[in-house]
Amino acid sequence: MTEVRHPNPRFWYVPGSMPSPAVELTGVTKRFGEDIIAVDAVTLEIGDGEFFSLLGPSGCGKTTTLRMIAGLEFPTEGSIRIFGEEMGIRPPNKRPVNTVFQSYALFPHMSVFNNVAFGLQMSGVDGSEVRRRVNEAIDLVRLAGMASRSPRQLSGGQQQRVALARALVNRPKVLLLDEPLGALDLKLRQAMQLELKDIQQEVGITFVYVTHDQQEALTMSDRIGVMSEGELLQVGSPEEIYESPVNRFVADFIGETNFIDAEVTTPGEVRLGNGVLVKARTLSPPGSKVTLILRPEKLNINLPGDAIAPDRCQVSGRITRRIYYGDALFYEVDIGAATVDVMVENRPGITRWADGQEVVLDFHPKAAEAIPA
Amino acid sequence: MTDLAGHEVAVVDPELEHKAEAERARRGLFTALPSYVYLIFFFAIPLVTVFVFSFASRSRTGRPLLADWNLESWAKLVDPLVATIAWRSLWLAVVNTVLCLIIGYPFAYWIATRRRNVVRNVLLVLVLIPFWSNFLVRTYAWRTLLDSDGLITQFGEATGLWGQMLFTLPAVFIGLLYGYLPFMVLPLYAAIERIDWSLIEAARDLYASGSDAFRRVTLPLSRPGIVAGSILVFIPSLGAYVTPDILGGAKATLLGNYIVSQFGAARNWPFGASLSGAILIVMLLATVYYFRSGARTL
Repeated sequence: MTEVRHPNPRFWYVPGSMPSPAVELTGVTKRFGEDIIAVDAVTLEIGDGEFFSLLGPSGCGKTTTLRMIAGLEFPTEGSIRIFGEEMGIRPPNKRPVNTVFQSYALFPHMSVFNNVAFGLQMSGVDGSEVRRRVNEAIDLVRLAGMASRSPRQLSGGQQQRVALARALVNRPKVLLLDEPLGALDLKLRQAMQLELKDIQQEVGITFVYVTHDQQEALTMSDRIGVMSEGELLQVGSPEEIYESPVNRFVADFIGETNFIDAEVTTPGEVRLGNGVLVKARTLSPPGSKVTLILRPEKLNINLPGDAIAPDRCQVSGRITRRIYYGDALFYEVDIGAATVDVMVENRPGITRWADGQEVVLDFHPKAAEAIPA
Repeated sequence: MTDLAGHEVAVVDPELEHKAEAERARRGLFTALPSYVYLIFFFAIPLVTVFVFSFASRSRTGRPLLADWNLESWAKLVDPLVATIAWRSLWLAVVNTVLCLIIGYPFAYWIATRRRNVVRNVLLVLVLIPFWSNFLVRTYAWRTLLDSDGLITQFGEATGLWGQMLFTLPAVFIGLLYGYLPFMVLPLYAAIERIDWSLIEAARDLYASGSDAFRRVTLPLSRPGIVAGSILVFIPSLGAYVTPDILGGAKATLLGNYIVSQFGAARNWPFGASLSGAILIVMLLATVYYFRSGARTL
């Protein structure tokens, strides 16, 4: 079932291009009580075989959205379809999805084998078939030899794999994952990210992945949906989300960003607070107030008078602070209109700029996005 | 001792550490001392006394004599009458425990699954309210209700469902159930409340119906509460005599009444003592076995 994909993400799933998307949310709203709106009119299509992440800070409604797809909550309004089939208030045991829970939710009174076998036993698969598929799933997540252990005897990473095997063994049409790597330490989390992605490509199942970790979403996903306060703000490939955020929240939440207040003068040009004109991508009409988004790694630092390619924008400033990060150095540069962060990769031979040094920053106009303020 | 730069450095003496350790242990003993003293004087010593009396002999008038130590009263335990009475009590206790479990479990589950803390606490207080009045008084209240002109009997006769209940077996069970239900509900509540709800959600997500999820996940995980509740109900039910006496009309002798009569009318203290001791030993062994076997699968 493994799909051969075009190397460019732009050619992957396009909403509406397939007869029926794996998951289709239409105007899904969830209210708790009178005035708490956990999810606010979310409309979304997730393609078959896609690795889709719902990204947002805690309390943004991403987990509630996932739980509604699983059937653990029912929407107050709107419709949820899975492969074209309306889910309505169908209970979780009658939906073709399985969930990997945040705390794993492994049954403490059952062995690893019985945990993984649970779903198959419940759907009436016969004994020898259960044994074969459970052992296969345990092998897939590389836990061979652990089948008779109790979940309590396993490390966090191993428990995570059991939770994954327990869900995958049922061959769901859609696998839902609720911050499955949240409880693991950094190194293990990074290793598991790659492993999850490999497993997803191997089994070819649609993954809907909830996370608050932007790095995780960027590295694993085919597409990302960014949520805040119950609303879905932007859906796009990791590149689109990172390079062309639709608003300040998305830009701020994903990666490090400099925000500079500016005003559009002519199409493709903005004026910063201190009168400096720079080129930038913008859709706003001349005269409108905008926020210029400049990622720290897109800026270069030069000495005044250094040669700079003519197609690049220039802004002069003064170094006010240097922060050592190990793999990179961050400089705070006062450019008059604002203080911006500049990231310089820590390669051998780079210039170490000193505090108070007068410098000129340059960047490519395509790297500067001006969004409505 | 000095460090590399030549400064004085304080060194922790292993002797000091031992002293601190001993000090901590002593403080622990002081806090527990009142309970120790109480248990020794009002539990351990009386128990030993009972045990000692079981080997005593009796005077012509039935007065216990702390002389001529013998095993007669222990030998008397194999009397068929004792076995009959023991079976009757055992049966009553088992039935009562099962009834408490069947009625108490859904109630405890219902309390434990209320979303709001306040609601749960109010319901728990309601379970405890009967304890605020005397057990005897409450049992006599039941007598009034079940008597021929009592409300329950009148209702039963009016609807033709039942006649007078007082001095019948159902009356005894009503009384026992009423008396011991809270002892079942509370540990069950504690066990069910502790269950991680996401486990039930996980079961539902893995195609289990509501009843499958209950059978395969909720019930096994509430086992500690079932064990504790059953022990708390079974043991006092086995020795119950006030309720069967007042509501059952003392028609059939139970272990409790039998022991009381040995110390009273029969004037056979050694036999009463050996009966008490034997029950205590059997219950202790059963409980230890129950917990051991329970602990293995929990």
